[in-house]
Amino acid sequence: MDIKATVLQILNDLTGNDVSGAMDDNLFDNGLLDSMGSVQLLLQLQSDLGVNVPVSEFERSEWDTPNKIIAKVESLA
Amino acid sequence: MLTFEPYGNPTYFALLGVALLPLMIGILYGKRSRLYETLISIFFLVLTFGGPKWTQGVALIIYILYEVALTWGYAVYRKQHNSGPVFFMTVILSILPLTIVKVTPAVANGQSSLIGFLGVSYLSFRAVQTIMETRDGTLKDYQVMTFLQFMLFFPTISSGPIDRYRRFEADYRTVPDRDKYLGMIQKGVRYIFVGFLYKFILAYYFGTILMPKLQIMAMNSRGGFLDLSWPVVGYMYCYSADLFFDFAGYSLFAVGTSYLMGIETPMNFNQPWRSPNIKDFWNRWHITLSFWFRDFIYMRLVFWFMKHRVFKKPTTTANVTYIINMLVMGFWHGVTWYYITYGLFHGVALVLNDAWLRYKKKHRQSIPHNGFTQVFAIFLTANMVCFSFLIFSGLLDKLWFH
Repeated sequence: MDIKATVLQILNDLTGNDVSGAMDDNLFDNGLLDSMGSVQLLLQLQSDLGVNVPVSEFERSEWDTPNKIIAKVESLA
Repeated sequence: MLTFEPYGNPTYFALLGVALLPLMIGILYGKRSRLYETLISIFFLVLTFGGPKWTQGVALIIYILYEVALTWGYAVYRKQHNSGPVFFMTVILSILPLTIVKVTPAVANGQSSLIGFLGVSYLSFRAVQTIMETRDGTLKDYQVMTFLQFMLFFPTISSGPIDRYRRFEADYRTVPDRDKYLGMIQKGVRYIFVGFLYKFILAYYFGTILMPKLQIMAMNSRGGFLDLSWPVVGYMYCYSADLFFDFAGYSLFAVGTSYLMGIETPMNFNQPWRSPNIKDFWNRWHITLSFWFRDFIYMRLVFWFMKHRVFKKPTTTANVTYIINMLVMGFWHGVTWYYITYGLFHGVALVLNDAWLRYKKKHRQSIPHNGFTQVFAIFLTANMVCFSFLIFSGLLDKLWFH
């Protein structure tokens, strides 16, 4: 399965925005993600891609743009 | 024997300067002397916890041995097994001393517990976090010596900022190159001087000169609606200013001193008074504490609630967890009605804040967003926060019940 497409789909569902046009925008700064959203993202990654990310692995600065999230998931998958 | 509050007076800073100089020259030449770092750590710990405060020193030593036993034992256990109940027991045992220290005054007429010492809360945060990251498997290489250095790092031992084991370890194991370190010295010195301004001039003025006067006026103006009066309003702003300058000043000393030692301890404040909402306020006020709560209580609880589908709607999960999170923070400050009310107040504020943000997102077109609304939002947030600090200050307790 294409990781990039799946992650984008998850992010779009989660934020209610199409983020594919702004792959380097900070999702926390523009209010699209917060702690709650982060946890939903982690759970969704687990169920859709089988990627297990413990909460303490979630260093916000490494997960704050769509591109960074995709890179992170690809490194863990 | 000499004894000091950390960063309490000019002599402390003079000693600090003398003690740090050899260490700084060492780092400039690319060397860290573990022995020297340990010696000055012990020296400053003795200054803080020795002499007339020796009982605190003994409490600290016993506490540290206890936490080492727990974290080390759990790290060894975790290599082979991973049972939930064992993890929960370890966490509970690690916060047991803190719980006793916090509950004792409430049940023993304000008497403080014998096992307490300056900094017990902040050390507990570090220990719990070490256990949780060991469970997650993100902290694989637990070392007793590193843990001791992390817990007993003297610049931050009494009141934070609360660093993270892995972040601290990475700094501690390396020596910054000269260019980087010169930049850190520059920043460190600036932080310490801004700290002087905050703590010894502004906090002194608000906290020591002005606040007692306002308190007397507030107590003498009782009798109106809920005993409120203009002096109470004055006290609210004065207390808030004192709280900020005192704690931000201390934090700048702690971060500045860390930088001089080549450790980039995270900042505790980032212009909190310009937050446009309460949620943003907690990203800017006592940052290492609120992020600790976010990462080790809020996110973990949300994760657990959602995984076990405890609540149907994600917003319910978020709201319930906000309240729990901030109530725990309230209890952590101390078991008094005003600390707990303060926690509840912020929990409710976060729930309302989120509801408003959702509403605003949905009605983006019809809600104006301009310079005026921004200033209004900042004004409203700052006043809400000051009101919460009035609850926190305990003045209402004095007005109503004494």
